[in-house]
Amino acid sequence: MSLATRMPTSTRGRWITLSVAAAAWAGAYWVNEHLWDVVFYDLLGMAPTDRLTQSLHFFFYDTVKIALLLSGIIFVITILRSYMSIERTRALLGGRREGVGNVMAAGLGVVTPFCSCSAVPAFIGFVAAGVPLGVTMSFLIASPLVNEIAIGLLLTLFGWQVTLLYVAAGLSIAVVGGWVIGRLHLERWVEGFVFETRLGGQVVDSTTGLTFNQRVQIGAEEVVTILRKIWPYLLVGIGVGAVIHGWAPEDLFTEYAGPGNAFGVLVAVLVGIPLYSNAAGILPLVEALYDKGLPIGTLLAFMMAVVALSLPEMILLRRVLKPQLLAVFIAVVGTSIVAVGYLFNVLLS
Amino acid sequence: MIVKVLGPGCRNCKNLERAVRAAVDELGVDATIEKVTDFPTIVGYGVMSTPGLVVDEKLLVSGRVPSAAEVEDLLAAVCTP
Repeated sequence: MSLATRMPTSTRGRWITLSVAAAAWAGAYWVNEHLWDVVFYDLLGMAPTDRLTQSLHFFFYDTVKIALLLSGIIFVITILRSYMSIERTRALLGGRREGVGNVMAAGLGVVTPFCSCSAVPAFIGFVAAGVPLGVTMSFLIASPLVNEIAIGLLLTLFGWQVTLLYVAAGLSIAVVGGWVIGRLHLERWVEGFVFETRLGGQVVDSTTGLTFNQRVQIGAEEVVTILRKIWPYLLVGIGVGAVIHGWAPEDLFTEYAGPGNAFGVLVAVLVGIPLYSNAAGILPLVEALYDKGLPIGTLLAFMMAVVALSLPEMILLRRVLKPQLLAVFIAVVGTSIVAVGYLFNVLLS
Repeated sequence: MIVKVLGPGCRNCKNLERAVRAAVDELGVDATIEKVTDFPTIVGYGVMSTPGLVVDEKLLVSGRVPSAAEVEDLLAAVCTP
């Protein structure tokens, strides 16, 4: 039995069901805020200042908190995004000139439902339909970089200023990166079959005509799919964060990547590129490092490098991009991320 | 009837294939199920987000995994024009 068939079909019943779910979620979140204080300090009698207590407290509290936040954020965002589709995005981008096209593509990259396994068909579909290469690249950069899950998590962990910076920086990188690649006229470094692909006459929009209950179903399925996919990254991220939180001396990281080190951002990005995780897995780590005094620009650059430049995505893109263009792509995005990191460190210090 | 499941082989494509097999069994129709993993061909059907479901060369679903019941309805509609 699927959720869609069990959901009440009346508007009223549907809202009651969703309200009950929201209340249960808020209740669980509230319990988690207090549960671990009671468990560790009162029941187990552990000292709040003890390092082991701090690490364990961070680990359990953060695991539940992030899991709850992710479930809520993914559910809501997926339902909202189910009103958008990659087909509509392509129609909006078709015939746009560069410049305006890059800005639109970056914005649409954030709101269009998109999974990295569709990066290749989307790339072919865009380019074969006449969307300029640079505009297509803006879309492909923005889509993983400005991650809606990261936005939700940043908002709850760091507040709206940092979130706004993150979104603005990600969009700028996507616009500029795509525009630069477009200006360089690198079409010759796209695999030839892309331009020879003949598009079928019929286009089925992936998300129109769904009932609201089907969208709720898709939202719930997405929560399960994503959590199942990322839980190892999440636990590793929170685990490392917990160790840093309890054990790392205050000056360990600030010495190598702190405000005093001119190469801090560069180091953070170089460390981040080979690391493969997603925004949700990396944020607990970022949170712990922030507590240890690392500047936010360095941390955002680190996070973007981990999320936007990953080996699996590069292997996928290699199917449509020749090595030269792939190298340009990595260089442009990597450089932009470093620049953004330094800019934020200067602006916020 | 020829049913094609479009997708490079990610989990969604496998889920769709499972739903298609279940639907075909349930309906008891004579259908050939083919997998299309080649990107130019996938995009040639107009699919930009996988998986895609093509029945007798007509694209019916793209970008999401329909339930077995929904696939059944779609296939039944093709069988009885």
